[in-house]
This record gives sequence, C-alpha cells and structure tokens, in this order.
Amino acid sequence: MTESVSSTEALRFAAVSIKRGERTVLADLSFVVQTGELVAVLGPSGAGKSSLLAAATGVLECAAGTIQVLGQTLPLPRAQLFALRRRIGFLLQGSGLLSDLNVAENVALPLEMHTELDAAGIKALVAKKLAAVGLGEAAELSPQQLSGGMARRVALARALALDPPLLLYDEPFTGLDPITKGVIVKLINDLCRRLGLTSIVVSHDVAECLAIADRVLVIANGGLVFSGTADELRASSDPLLRQFLEGAPDGPISFEYRHKGAHSHA
Amino acid sequence: MRELLVRLGALGLFGLRILSSLSPQRGSGSDLLRQIYSVGARSVPIVAVGGAFVGLVMSLQGYRTLTTFGASNALGTLLGLSLFRELGPVLAALLFCGRACSSMAAELGLMRTTDQITALEMMAIDPVRKAVVPRFLAGLIAMPILTAVFCAFAIFGGSVQAVWVLGLDPGHYWAALQGSVSLIDDYGQAFVKSAVFGAVLSLIATHAGYHAEPTIEGTSRATTGAVVQGSLMVLFLDFLLSALFY
Amino acid sequence: MKFEIGVGAFILLGFGCALALAFSSTDVRSRLGGASYSVTARFSNLGELRLRAPVKIAGVKIGEVASIRLDPERYDAIVSLRLNSAAGALPTDSAAAINTAGLLGERYISISPGGELDALGDGDEIVFTQSAIVLENLIGKYMFGNGKGSEPAPATDAPATETP
Repeated sequence: MTESVSSTEALRFAAVSIKRGERTVLADLSFVVQTGELVAVLGPSGAGKSSLLAAATGVLECAAGTIQVLGQTLPLPRAQLFALRRRIGFLLQGSGLLSDLNVAENVALPLEMHTELDAAGIKALVAKKLAAVGLGEAAELSPQQLSGGMARRVALARALALDPPLLLYDEPFTGLDPITKGVIVKLINDLCRRLGLTSIVVSHDVAECLAIADRVLVIANGGLVFSGTADELRASSDPLLRQFLEGAPDGPISFEYRHKGAHSHA
Repeated sequence: MRELLVRLGALGLFGLRILSSLSPQRGSGSDLLRQIYSVGARSVPIVAVGGAFVGLVMSLQGYRTLTTFGASNALGTLLGLSLFRELGPVLAALLFCGRACSSMAAELGLMRTTDQITALEMMAIDPVRKAVVPRFLAGLIAMPILTAVFCAFAIFGGSVQAVWVLGLDPGHYWAALQGSVSLIDDYGQAFVKSAVFGAVLSLIATHAGYHAEPTIEGTSRATTGAVVQGSLMVLFLDFLLSALFY
Repeated sequence: MKFEIGVGAFILLGFGCALALAFSSTDVRSRLGGASYSVTARFSNLGELRLRAPVKIAGVKIGEVASIRLDPERYDAIVSLRLNSAAGALPTDSAAAINTAGLLGERYISISPGGELDALGDGDEIVFTQSAIVLENLIGKYMFGNGKGSEPAPATDAPATETP
C-alpha cells in the first residue's frame, strides 16, 4: 500500500469474506470507495449490509481478504482501532443517543472525550454542529422528547462532531415520514458535496439512494451483484436487479427462508 | 456446575475489566454524581422506611420473647447486635438490590438494546469506562451510606417502640445498646459487610445489564437475573463474612 | 445542579446517621473516655464472663474486660481489665468479684475498693478476687448436702464473643 493510494482511496475491500458464526454472510466481496465519493450500498434486508459496515469499522473481523479503511489495514489492536474510529462518523440505525444526556451533551460527548477544547469551545462547536442539521433550538431537549427524524439528525450532528473524513450511514431513511426522509437525503448530499466527506449509505430505500449517489453497489445472495452509477442501474436488464428495483415478490431473490442461503438477521 | 463456573469466571473477568478502567477521564465526575444520585439518594426513602419498620417489629418481638425470661432490659442488646451484625447490612443490601440493582441492569440493558453502547464504541469511547464504571462505583459508595441510614432508622424505630409503646426505661435501653455494641467489632463490621455487598451487587447488576441480549426480553431477563443472583449472593456472602469475622 | 444537591444531601445524611449511631448505640464514648490503665486479676472460675464485660464500682461502669487468657501452670484464668483513669485511683487491697446482673443476666466484674493508701498502677494485679458462682454447683451442694468432688474446673469454655 503506497501513500498515493491511501490518499485517494477511503475504503477498499479486497476479496473479503464475512462470517457470522458458521454462516458466510458475504463472500469474495471487492470494491473501492474513492475519497469524496457518495456511494450507496443497496440490498434486500438480510443481505449482509450491516455486516459490511461492521467489518468496515472493525466490529467484525473478515474471515478472508483484506479491508483497508482510511489507509489502515484491519484488523487493528484496540487502541489503534479506537484512533481510527475517531476519523469515522457512524450514523446508527437506532441513533444511539445516550438517554442520560440532553441533545447538546450528546453532541458534546465525542468532543469532550477526544479533544482538549475547553467548555466554551465545545459549546460553540456543538451549536455549530446542531445548526448544521437544523436543530440549533433543540439543544436542551432530552432524547426521549425527540421524534425519530430529529433523533437521527442529532445523531448525525454527533457523528460529525470530530469532523471525520469518512461517514457511514446505516439505514438512514428507515422509519421516517417522506418529509423527514427528504431532509435527511438533502443533509447527506450536502455534507458530501460541500464538505467533501466520503459517504457510504447502506440502505434498502432505492429511490432516495439513487437520487444522490455517485455510485451504487448492490449486494444480494451473499455477494456483490452490481457496481455502477444510478443511471446504469436503472438501465440494467438483469432480472435480479429488476426484481429489487421494482419490488417484485417473485424472482431470483428468494422470499422463502432457506437455511443454507445468504439470509441473515443482520 | 460447569455453567456456574463459567458464570463466575465471566463475572470475575468483568470485574477485572472494571478495575482496569477505573482511571478517571473527562466527565467521569459528573457521571459518578449522576449515578450516586439515582442509585443512592433515590434509594433513601425505601431504605429508611424499611429500616424503621424492621426496628419496630424487632423491638416488639424481642420484647415478647425477653419478658418470658424477665430480661426485657436486654432488648437494646438484642436489637443492637442483631442489627449491626446481620440485619442492617443484609436487609439494606436486599432493598438496594431490588431498588437499585434492577435499575442499573435495566438501564444498561436498554443502552445495549437502543444501540447506545454500540454508539459509544463507534465514537471510540470505551463503554465500560463511560457507562459501567460510574454505576459500579456509585453502588460501592452508596451501599455503606444506605446501611447507616437503615441502621439509624431501625434503632430509632426500635427505641420508639421500646420506650413509648412498651414502656421500657430509656436509660436501660440506651445503656444496653452502648454497653454491648462494639464500635469496631459490630459497628465497623456492618460497614465492612456493606461495602463488600455494594461492590458485589453492582458488579452483578452491571454485568447482567451490560451483557443483556439486545432485545426487550433480554433486558427484562437481565434485570430479573441481577435481582435474583444479587439477593442470593448477599445471603451467601453474609454467611461467608460472618464465618470469617468470628 | 440537581444531582450535586441530591448527592450532597445523601452523603450528609449518611454521615449524620453514622455519627448518630456511633454515639447513641455503640461504646464509642467509653473508647473516647480519655486515658485508661490496665490491671490484671486471677480467677479460678470465670463463669460466663466474656470480653468487654463491664467493670463496675458501686454499680457505676469504670472499665471493661480487655482480655482473658489461661495461666497454663496454675490453670487460673487471668483477666486483664482496662479501667478509666478518670474514675480515680484504686487502693492496692481492692477486691474484684465476678457478679451476675440479675439471676440470668450478664456477668460483670464488681470492684470493692480497699483502704490502703497506695494505688494500683498500670500492669498491677488485683490480689483479692472472688470467682463466679456457678449455679449448677450451688444447686448440687444444696441437694446433696456437700460439695465434695465437685470442685469446678477452671473455666476454659468462656466464649470470646457470642455468635448469633
């Protein structure tokens, strides 16, 4: 791995296999995400999208192949892994806001733990981050008072607190009303375009992802089945992709649960 | 048997992990305060009321038994010794287990279920240091204080019953207490016991909560488990400590 | 702010309770009662005398039993008494007796002051002692008219403390 490669590649999966227990979730997966790109990873529920994110953040170790994140090869020892994670913003599906803390304290948490800023500096930064997601007024609310969409935006502000070069989104559109969905779509797009953050959106919401993604990866049946632009995906005549795009119940992606298949609960 | 060993081993390892994460970090002071408040200060009412009633009933029952031997003046001795040596630390710990351990386990289980622990991991924050250690320390600090509250209210309740209701001479009652309860052997032992109970109870509760299955059922199982295991452990350890002290 | 106040009140309450308990219902006062000195006394039988039993003069507590051990040569019990200096000096010919509070009450040591001018110092021995009266022996003597062959063995069974 050379310096020039690591400076343009944000994430590289090379022939990666991921296992959950005995079951192989993803096999022989290879792709590269360039710095500044907005890549959507699509796939039906249980295709292994969450496992992919878990592997990219060092939660799961890959059974075969290599994963490089921001120039570092996984797996890493805990201290170095934590150092790497400070440079990755992760928006969890469930938001994961600490219920003991209010909104501002939640956003301030990574700043308190990982920077030497004083209280005033943190307060100013938190206000800036909350304003960036349109929640400047919500600083004193507790997470229990937030709607699902607001909680996700707060979590996004928190993920952005340390200005990470790489942002990972796990199902950012799930369970939101159309307006809130639109807000999140716009936010993700703005963050990538204006701040140049490399963004990887893992989702099964096809329309939202195709609207903003530079490149789309489709995962199904335990492997990568498509890689290209949104227009190429729309133009594709592959029956598997057509089934996924159109939401047909019958097709190459089985609706039935098969014990040995590529289904997962992840 | 094997399962018991595995569980004990896991508990011990978790204890070591807590001990190795004890060093303070930014914000750990306010985390600790918050936990002492929720675990300790908010357990005061139940512990105080519990203590007062234990004192009342022990005084009443002890008086009945002792008057059969014409030894009602030894009521203070009976109350003081049984309270400081056994009932105070044990009953306070059992009340604490029901009130505080369950909430510790439920909170941590909920943090697991609602991705808060994963979020901490993803923010490169050690969840044990951030979420578990403050709860553990709060239990360790709160338990002796709660035991003092329990004993004070029990002695108070007992003296109210003995002096006002049963008509014992207050001088005799207090003299019997002061003459038979040793500051170090009995009173000191109550606090040693309660500190041990506090540490073990919060270890069990945080372990159960932290390792809860990330579902609602998992959280409720962890909560039940923490209370059941905690209560049994208190009774078992009490036996062990009593055997050690005498 | 709410937490700080709550925790502060909680800790104050705890210390308040601990102090109130210590002073109202333990022997802390006799421990803090200033200077003390110890004297020993030999008894052929202690009965149920145990550690920390009170030592009284005229019914007033002036100290407590600090230790009990057996003299391996004479099979006497040697009791060490810790007495408060504030209670005044005891004449050297004072006598110590093991009495019972009530018929079934606790054993305590009662000291009858003598008339000598010299006072007992730290480590001195009270020579005149009267052992515990063992109720069973008394009953035996009364029932069989004499006490021959029923001289009580030295009390080796004095429990250190009572285990509940």
